[in-house]
Amino acid sequence: MKCNDFLKELTDYLDGSLSEGLKAELDEHLHWCRECHVVMNTTKKTIEIYRDNKIYELPDNLRTRLQDAIMTKCKGHKSSKEPS
Amino acid sequence: METIQKKTEEGITSEMALVQAAKKGDLEAFSELVKRYDRNVFRIAQHITHNEEDAQDVVQDAFLKAYQNLEQFQGNSKFYTWLVRIAVNEALMRLRKRKTDRTVSLDEDVETEEGSMPREVADWSPNPEQLYGTSELGDILKKTIQGLPPGFRTVFVLRDVEGLSTEETAEMLGLSIPAVKSRLLRARLQLRDRLSKFFNMSKKGGD
Repeated sequence: MKCNDFLKELTDYLDGSLSEGLKAELDEHLHWCRECHVVMNTTKKTIEIYRDNKIYELPDNLRTRLQDAIMTKCKGHKSSKEPS
Repeated sequence: METIQKKTEEGITSEMALVQAAKKGDLEAFSELVKRYDRNVFRIAQHITHNEEDAQDVVQDAFLKAYQNLEQFQGNSKFYTWLVRIAVNEALMRLRKRKTDRTVSLDEDVETEEGSMPREVADWSPNPEQLYGTSELGDILKKTIQGLPPGFRTVFVLRDVEGLSTEETAEMLGLSIPAVKSRLLRARLQLRDRLSKFFNMSKKGGD
């Protein structure tokens, strides 16, 4: 297996969705290829760092404002559809 | 109101029950759905538009559109999948408006076969989280992901940040499963390569 072949399977390897046979081939490649080992490790870390440090959290005060605005608009839509 | 109370007593209200109640005009049930998913919709919208004002508009418009079109929701997919699909479309529309001179689609900049082998292959040590403070790290993560084409970062955010499956992501974006997988791989490798520039700095400085 060449490094390029390894990289093509990297996403499925990290997601654990490879067949046993292919996974064994990739493990074998990782065993002797330091570069792919580093790429695999740092790619895994890339995913973890974005997952664990969620950027763009919705602040509570803004959240309340948005929820109020949404429900006001929905109410408006409802009453325009079904006049009381 | 009585129905909501009864549901709460039963414990976790199922999503489908809320959708059914909302379809019949129960606004409180719909409000419950808003509370369940507004954070996710906001985060996805921010990632696509890169603009907080736009993201706020997307949240409002997506939920309103969902409410207005609730009748059309058949329940073949999860409500969340359906909602995010609406939100992604709204976000892309906002992005297009900002870049009026050119169209923006999920297919943008995805044609290349570039970068078969990543350039930077030094390991990250010390751990990036030890190297930077939370807000500094947040800035780096924002700057890095903003550099990706929309088609890459949207797939990455849905799959790796929001934790959706490849199948769900494909359904939300109207892409094939191989297309999602190929974009995800490129997004992950490009992000890794870009982050390496920050996370290997201390090492380079020490040489």
